[in-house]
Amino acid sequence: MSSLRIDPNIERPDDFYEALIEAHRELSDEQSQKLNARLILLLANQIGSHEALLEALRIARDGV
Amino acid sequence: MLSTYQNPVFDYVRSPDQDAASPMRRPVIVIGAGPVGMAAAIDLAQQQVPVIVLDDDNTVSVGSRAVCYAKRSLEILDRLGCGSRAVDKGITWNVGKVFFGDKQVYSFNLLPEAEHKRPAFINLQQYYLEEYLLERLKALPGAEVRWKNKVVDVRPQADGVELTIETPEGPYRLACDWLIVADGARSPVRGMLGLESRGQVFKDRFLIADVVMKAEFPTERWFWFDPPFHRNQSALLHRQADDVWRIDFQLGWDVDPEEEKKPEKVIPRIKAMLGDDRPFELEWVSVYTFQCRRMDRFRHGRVIFAGDSAHQVSPFGARGANGGFQDTDNLAWKLALVMQGKAPERLLDSYDVERGYATDENIRNSTRSTDFITPKSKVSRIFRDAVLELSEHHPFARALVNSGRLSMPATLHESLLNTPDADAFDGRLVPGAPACDAPIELEGRDGWLIDRLGGRFQLLVFSDAVPDAATLDGLQTLGGMPIAVEPLVVSPQPLALPAGVANVVDRKGLVAARWDGQPGTAYLLRPDQHVTARWRELDVKRVRAALARATAQEV
Repeated sequence: MSSLRIDPNIERPDDFYEALIEAHRELSDEQSQKLNARLILLLANQIGSHEALLEALRIARDGV
Repeated sequence: MLSTYQNPVFDYVRSPDQDAASPMRRPVIVIGAGPVGMAAAIDLAQQQVPVIVLDDDNTVSVGSRAVCYAKRSLEILDRLGCGSRAVDKGITWNVGKVFFGDKQVYSFNLLPEAEHKRPAFINLQQYYLEEYLLERLKALPGAEVRWKNKVVDVRPQADGVELTIETPEGPYRLACDWLIVADGARSPVRGMLGLESRGQVFKDRFLIADVVMKAEFPTERWFWFDPPFHRNQSALLHRQADDVWRIDFQLGWDVDPEEEKKPEKVIPRIKAMLGDDRPFELEWVSVYTFQCRRMDRFRHGRVIFAGDSAHQVSPFGARGANGGFQDTDNLAWKLALVMQGKAPERLLDSYDVERGYATDENIRNSTRSTDFITPKSKVSRIFRDAVLELSEHHPFARALVNSGRLSMPATLHESLLNTPDADAFDGRLVPGAPACDAPIELEGRDGWLIDRLGGRFQLLVFSDAVPDAATLDGLQTLGGMPIAVEPLVVSPQPLALPAGVANVVDRKGLVAARWDGQPGTAYLLRPDQHVTARWRELDVKRVRAALARATAQEV
């Protein structure tokens, strides 16, 4: 059993956020969507746990 | 158009039933002489249940239609006496490759392990398989096929069914105790009974072209997403018998199916795919859409639905005919026991439950494949393409590529017929799982375990030595019960066993390895080769209780 971490866990939050925004710089909306899709797939593999992934989907969807 | 195959024409023959003053009553009638209907009839006839198959046509399948037959279907066909003919004529394959654009992104090998009698898959045109099934059926006493017999009215009664049948010589009436409906996805009989098969229609069209050509392509399943020769769509290439190749092109929803079937439209597509000027001939062309749907219940009193009439899936995954064979495999022994008065009618409800469970699994898998191949929304397409792009260099993404999750036999995990494990076991042979094959020696000759199983209840007992006298007594009594259980002792070396207790010699130790068969272990198997109970220590009382449970009798 492995649930999603929601306590702060990103090593360098400000640096990560900057890098995330930077990754999208000068991309069209379409390209950004593509980047996001690839990123989600890569990060999902890193998480691995089905339960944690479902929890992430639920939390993300709840806010929409 | 077929150049490699000529459909036989079977004669309509007048039956004495047509001249009877009042409708004759038959034990079992099967409607539909397709693969599923004929498999049901063979299975019943092998169990001495007389059966009549009615078909509105007078030939086998026109066009190759179902092509891929999975290992489990071949094992079922072996039990029905047609496996070798299908495998000898068919094309054996294990490898699939997936391409995205002009690059190969992924390949898979379905061969699970060596030392099984049957391969993961064969490809064979449906008409050949139907011929073999028909030949076998005709050789069985008590089985009969009536061509050009079209059922036009069905009236279910409390204890049977009354039918009106149209023939070239006019209509006649016939009654039966049990009716098996295997008349295909559009099932006229389902309609006559006011029943529905419900689910999802996919808004996409696919072109099937069977072409005859000499090609040195490997015997593999090749699937393309967005190939240069067919942009923005998918394509499939797969070999069948007689140098016939199955080619599928996804066409999208907004095409005219009649237009797309014309050779002047089809031939350029194939030329672009083959990429050269090799000669080929069109054998058969069809444009289809598909649905994933099922009936809520497969049993309606004395009327039982099997195969596509009961449930329909998209072709990606080869779960149509392969699912249908598992239906009849599941149904026939139950119906035979009920008809012989050895089990209560409610045993047939387990057909509905077990095959309903398997159907949901097949629909889930084929729907997922279809959603990947034909993304239904913009974002779905974005994720699909992202998976394909990543899969070329990043192994993790290959697990997400879905060009069809190919048919695996259902493990009937939650069936009430199973006796839950009380002991600890390793491996996949849980209660509900189909038997796993392994090489054995039988009376000094090499053989396969799967050929020794099925057709009756059996108890596999693992032992290194001759069991003690009390155990042997217990095993011998199993064979004498109203529903007989055949005991089979699996041992590494031949054992001298008394009459009524057979010996399976596991020289290579693979039966013991695959079944986690430590000495003393016992498995109770159903006539359809599925495990229904297992124990670490043999206790005949518990075997009897498990048998009662597996046949829906109160313990």
